[in-house]
Amino acid sequence: MKEYRTITQIAGPLVFVEKMEPVGYNELVNIVTADGTVKRGQVLDTSDEVVVVQIFETTAGIGRDSRVRFVGETIKMPVAKDMLGRILSGGGKPIDGGPEIVPEKRLEITGAAINPYARASPEDFIQTGISTIDGTNTLVRGQKLPIFSASGLPHNDVALQIARQAKVPGSVEEFAVVFAAMGITREEANYFMADFEKTGALERAVVFLNLADDPAVERIITPRLALTTAEYLAFDLGYHVLVILTDMTNYCEALRQIGAAREEVPGRRGYPGYMYTDLASIYERAGIIKGIKGSVTQIPILTMPGDDITHPIPDLTGYITEGQIVVSRELHRKGIYAPINVLPSLSRLMNLGIGEGHTREDHKKVSDQLYAAYAEGNDLRGLVAIVGKDALSERDRMFLEFADVFEDRFVRQGLYEDRSIEGTLDLGWELLSALPVEQLVRIDRELIQKYHPKYRKKAQE
Amino acid sequence: MKKGTENRTRGVLKRISGPVVTAVGLDAHMYDVVKIGHEELMGEVIKIQGENIIIQVYEDTAGIRPGEPVENTGLSLAVELGPGLLTSIYDGIQRPLEVLVDKMGNFIERGVSAPGLSHEKKWEFVPTVKVGDVVGAGDILGTVQETNIIHKVMVPPTSKGGKVKEISGGSFTVEDTICTLEDGTSITMLQRWPVRVARPVKEKMNPDIPLITGQRILDGLFPIAKGGTAAIPGPFGSGKTVTQQQLAKWSDSEIVVYIGCGERGNEMTEVLTEFPELEDPLTGRPLMERTVLIANTSNMPVAAREASVYTGVTIAEYFRDMGYDVSLMADSTSRWAEAMREISSRLEEMPGEEGYPAYLAARLSEFYERAGRVENLNGTGGSVSIIGAVSPPGGDFSEPVTQNTLRIVKVFWALDAKLSQRRHFPAINWLDSYSLYLDSLTDWYDTEVSPEWNPLRAWAMAVLQKESELQEIVQLVGSDALPDEEQITIEVARMIREVFLQQNAYDAVDTYCSMAKQYDIMKAIKFYADLARVAQAGGATPQQIVSVKSKNELPQIKFIKDYEPVLEGIHKEMEAEFDAIRAA
Repeated sequence: MKEYRTITQIAGPLVFVEKMEPVGYNELVNIVTADGTVKRGQVLDTSDEVVVVQIFETTAGIGRDSRVRFVGETIKMPVAKDMLGRILSGGGKPIDGGPEIVPEKRLEITGAAINPYARASPEDFIQTGISTIDGTNTLVRGQKLPIFSASGLPHNDVALQIARQAKVPGSVEEFAVVFAAMGITREEANYFMADFEKTGALERAVVFLNLADDPAVERIITPRLALTTAEYLAFDLGYHVLVILTDMTNYCEALRQIGAAREEVPGRRGYPGYMYTDLASIYERAGIIKGIKGSVTQIPILTMPGDDITHPIPDLTGYITEGQIVVSRELHRKGIYAPINVLPSLSRLMNLGIGEGHTREDHKKVSDQLYAAYAEGNDLRGLVAIVGKDALSERDRMFLEFADVFEDRFVRQGLYEDRSIEGTLDLGWELLSALPVEQLVRIDRELIQKYHPKYRKKAQE
Repeated sequence: MKKGTENRTRGVLKRISGPVVTAVGLDAHMYDVVKIGHEELMGEVIKIQGENIIIQVYEDTAGIRPGEPVENTGLSLAVELGPGLLTSIYDGIQRPLEVLVDKMGNFIERGVSAPGLSHEKKWEFVPTVKVGDVVGAGDILGTVQETNIIHKVMVPPTSKGGKVKEISGGSFTVEDTICTLEDGTSITMLQRWPVRVARPVKEKMNPDIPLITGQRILDGLFPIAKGGTAAIPGPFGSGKTVTQQQLAKWSDSEIVVYIGCGERGNEMTEVLTEFPELEDPLTGRPLMERTVLIANTSNMPVAAREASVYTGVTIAEYFRDMGYDVSLMADSTSRWAEAMREISSRLEEMPGEEGYPAYLAARLSEFYERAGRVENLNGTGGSVSIIGAVSPPGGDFSEPVTQNTLRIVKVFWALDAKLSQRRHFPAINWLDSYSLYLDSLTDWYDTEVSPEWNPLRAWAMAVLQKESELQEIVQLVGSDALPDEEQITIEVARMIREVFLQQNAYDAVDTYCSMAKQYDIMKAIKFYADLARVAQAGGATPQQIVSVKSKNELPQIKFIKDYEPVLEGIHKEMEAEFDAIRAA
């Protein structure tokens, strides 16, 4: 391997190197500083004179005297089954004091796109034990369902509860968790680690930690390393893998930082114009492949700057992912956990994973009815503020009441409360039974006869 | 395509920057297709700067080095047209995804090429012209039963035509000569056509026939004409994709081309698993048999995404040339525009609004202008209707892609996130949407539906408009404060919304609603409204009128296939109830 001492310019995370032999696009580069430290980078632009290298670590210590080695291959991730139970840095190096990982395979971290023709349709219902997800925004295997949160909200608790409780009822297949932290604080990371250890989840987890004080540019590769590992576990070893990526906002900030350093023409709010494509290359790495046992399900977490769902990060994410779970500050202030606002939340794959043969035949209709009734009650709150409760009709008062009870009983649940899907649906029926039967216009009569508590009791008598 | 022999067809790579590479040492023309590197990745010339030839590459360029060879094919980016297109699923540059799975497994690797059509499969060709007949460009030579659709084999539009010297029926591959002309021209079933060039037509005609989609709010209130253009802009989660898929399923065109441009992989899988099982309401055959799918998901190469809409529209035009009505759905044109932006920024071009290239408006209008109802070169009539989804960032309709699209298209179906949160589907806002085809379609509705339809539509729109004004008052003072007459208007508007506008795409019956049924439903609502007005004039209170029970049965008829007797029963009951009110 040839070494060069021809660095001409260093700007932010970018190093410009003159060289003599051809260097491939996206290839790995090692830069050795005067004190012998090796810093890793990747080729962003290559021509016959100059190569632009993006360094994943701090550029401190790199000078014109540093030596540049072009490795001659793109970044690859060594993967092995033994990675389960290990904690790695955001750059993929073990940091738990354990031995080096003996690779069974070395895989490209960019990951090729799954051929749409080879994909199988996701339809296995995942029970998270959280009513607002299982009942009204159902998660299925192979889905990518992000949590849209904001600073100061308990999204980590929600993510942990999902990781703890997620299961496919009636199945005993092997599953694993891949957890990638990008730019979160040591405190938050410890919180996750403590929970993983307490529940024994760590044994079947692979953890990648890029913390707040780790180099920002490293965050660009952390999710890719995590997903490469997840794909190996899923599609080579047959695990059902749940990938938690937190916090995608920090990832996008790193992307913007590199864009600015390259003096690119910025898109909205200074984020690069290719951010959609870049995010897609992460989020689209979820799914199921025909004839292969495993699956990759993704739960990315992002904090919306200023609680703004139209900010480019949540906006572009929402266009790629199959729905979103929105954590609400209002519910959190009311002291309700899990503070998930079902109205802006959505699971696009829900219809594939519910109903007869998956959950229960009444699932879709109950969910629609709960949505419609809660939306109506919620609208009335605005009206009450103006005209007072007394000016409402009897019917309106019932819906107003429904909205409160819905939040208090359906949304509110314990941090360790694991509700079965039957429990969630029955709870839904119980709340709906407070409304007159003729107001349940979204549910057909047969289902009402079968599941409505009023008729059920009669049947039991 | 090139003259002279001194052309240098091979050069070397000088620079690689993502999907854009620079080559030197070869001669090239704009939009020539080139092969890059040892792996022969496919690319297209998009800029020429002195010696530097700038190329966008349709595959991932990781690991490609300066100094690797570049070869110019001298051809433009073209698609293969012929029997075998239907039921296929392609990527953005017409590589069949099914074949790619066989060739390289479950993931899309690079450097693998596959022809768009099978060159081995044999098709049964039946000539419709005889030896001695004179044929011109675009004329139909014979037919092939492709699926239940008859594929018409045509003289290429670029051919001069002439007298048929030899033609015979039988089993042929697409490369076999099926016809020879007297001047020696041999014609195969395979045509290659450059995607960025519109296929020629004789004449464009006026759009005066609606594209019937079975969706009440579209056919009834905001229709699109065959050969027309429509845009569906909407924030994420507002049901854009479901609406597009409903159109692909139920629109009464003979051929559907569906472009998944930069969208979700799992969504394409849904289309792939659903379409073969769904029946075409017109023919009873699987929908897949009339469909061509193009899937360039968001994580597939961005340059191929840029090309995917051209690939799609070229295929659509080819079927139009056979005399078919074709619908083209592009989901989403915003991703296409973003692909243009990404390439443009790699070229370091001076950006226009929000970083989009200055030629964004021109490209969009060129694309939509390829729609139209036309008289083909061979005298048949056909149409291409284009329905483009737009994904405005943050749901902000003032952004450049939405604005430039609205300047061109004639129909606007405004999806509304608020409606979808309320589970009002399709979540198309009836106040913001519009159709500029209403005037040209008036005659069709008069003769094909009923002369009463157009006034009925106008009445419904007026009620909805009035309701939105009244709602503002209700929000302030409550509904009891409204005059009696207007309380009834509110009730009638609610019925229009819940009975007519809401439609359940997942219900086996309601997913498609014929124009006759739409007319009957609207007429039933008007029937109630008229009775209510008479009763109110006769002194009945709004409570009495609103509590008429039979009207609550109206939503049911949406879910009943043979609804006529039920509807008649409701009418009778309604009359009886109003009679009772009057008697009291």
